[in-house]
Amino acid sequence: MAMSLSAAPVAKQHFERTQLTVDRLSYAIGDKAVLNNIRVQFKPGSVTALLGPNGAGKSTLLKALCQEIPTAQGSIKLGHCQLVDWPRAELAKSLAVLPQHASLTFPFTVDEVVAMGLYPLTLSQKEGQQLVTKWLAEVGVLHLARRSYPTLSGGEKQRVQLARVLTQLSQSPFPPILLLDEPTSALDLAQQHKVLALAKNLAHKHAYTVIVVLHDLNQAARYSDRVIVLKQGQIVSEGTPNDALSIDIIRQVWDYEPEFIPAPQGGYPLIF
Amino acid sequence: MLQYRWLWPTMMMILILSSLLSVSVGPVSMSLMDSLSAVFNWATQQSIGNLAPHEQLVVSNVRLPRTLLALTVGAILAQCGAVMQGLFRNPLADPGIIGVSSGAALGAAICIVLFPDVGSFMISLGAFLCGLATTLIVYRLASNGLGTSVVLLLLSGVAIAALAGAGIGVLTYLANDMALRDLTLWQMGSIAGAQWQYVGLCLLVLVLLSWRFQRDAMALNALLLGEAEARHLGIDVDRLKLRLILLCALGVGVSVAATGIIGFIGLVVPHLVRMILGPDHKRLLPMSALLGAALLALADIGARAFLPPAELPVGLVTALIGAPFFIFLLLQQRSKLI
Repeated sequence: MAMSLSAAPVAKQHFERTQLTVDRLSYAIGDKAVLNNIRVQFKPGSVTALLGPNGAGKSTLLKALCQEIPTAQGSIKLGHCQLVDWPRAELAKSLAVLPQHASLTFPFTVDEVVAMGLYPLTLSQKEGQQLVTKWLAEVGVLHLARRSYPTLSGGEKQRVQLARVLTQLSQSPFPPILLLDEPTSALDLAQQHKVLALAKNLAHKHAYTVIVVLHDLNQAARYSDRVIVLKQGQIVSEGTPNDALSIDIIRQVWDYEPEFIPAPQGGYPLIF
Repeated sequence: MLQYRWLWPTMMMILILSSLLSVSVGPVSMSLMDSLSAVFNWATQQSIGNLAPHEQLVVSNVRLPRTLLALTVGAILAQCGAVMQGLFRNPLADPGIIGVSSGAALGAAICIVLFPDVGSFMISLGAFLCGLATTLIVYRLASNGLGTSVVLLLLSGVAIAALAGAGIGVLTYLANDMALRDLTLWQMGSIAGAQWQYVGLCLLVLVLLSWRFQRDAMALNALLLGEAEARHLGIDVDRLKLRLILLCALGVGVSVAATGIIGFIGLVVPHLVRMILGPDHKRLLPMSALLGAALLALADIGARAFLPPAELPVGLVTALIGAPFFIFLLLQQRSKLI
């Protein structure tokens, strides 16, 4: 996929300045600990998949990262600065979230929806329009540009939202952070792979930090550089898909006996 | 939106024509030219044309403030309707339907009956405060993090309107004859008694509202994606919501204090504009202001011309147009509501 971003990839030694670091993060609803002492770093230039059964806390962790829930215990830092201390408008340029569902009451056209991603940016109208067109094409929905958003299928909506989110990150002063909440849930098979390949490409070619909540272990194995497996609010396994997704871990976490085909040299495991 | 370039000049023409018509229609029959010279005389303190003193007086003290009030109140109500629909993420939100106008009317009525000597400013303030309280209550009743439920919104509107109606009912028993006449007029909505002081106040509020709403137009668009999504785009959602609620309450409060309850402008106008221009608030808000102004001026002309020399309250006219439109919208939305 052809990419032409204005911000060139930043040299590796600067990465730690803009690294997302979660330290001793806990979160409880009532008495129930949803996240328990989470410590993890997300490296620029890599795709990290958050895995785990329902209720394991992966969505909650994602919500904490985008400040939808307060971080009363523990800290989340972006670079040297606490996430909560970042000026809202500045943070929006560098951290964006693809929601699981996004409905719109009013019949905005697709390009208008993507143009909403221009909100935190400072651009002339013409530059903004070019950016919108670019990302529509990149995500493969340029042909829908003049369609009314509410008339789209679920998968089309999802991709339009992805274009909006990527538009939002276009002016980031450092490699941005992209949070994807089950981005493939509404997509057909080919689209699932296109979206994840795009995310991987952004990470590897343009040093995006991509954090993605997934249910499908094979997708995680194929497209992520690192997986984090959560169970009952705790990280039980972490590392490359090869290391972290062993048959024992899958048995233990999902309570399920998988068909497991170990990874060939340089490949990824297949799990059924 | 190249193909709609003609729309703005057309709308301006409609607006100017309806204003001219509004200045020249009434029980005292005057030609268009005479009315125009009277307006010119009023503006420049000269006396051109051959006008009888009473004709000059009719124009400068009755028709001109009336026309300007219709234009400004129409523009305010239409914009407030559009903003409320965005804020509530709900196409059926309208100051009249969800009870904000009733709340504001109660505030105005309290001021009129209990403090008979207060001026237009205090009445507006009372209407604003009660309108604000009503908006907050309705918002609380009808919304959760995901948006507002249409059913809850409309039911809260019914409940609030009933409460405010009862309050005004009690006040009518306390009122003297003078206040009673005012109150009756208020409930129906009328621009007939337009006073210059209200024209000034409404104009001021209109300028403030239009300026601030336009600055928040992009944020309002983003808010339609959802509150969480708007936050992720860097918008201070809570402050935005509070600001818009305050401004809407101010607009509706001042309008109600000046003209009483005029319903449906805030519902019909943004809908028509959305059909033509789409829902982008950058275009929706200014066009709604123009169309709202023109529509209320035309409705007021209708109110004067229907049964001369008697006049209908303009609120009746807008209700006659708006209520069927509301029913049409309900029919359209029926599948979603049940």
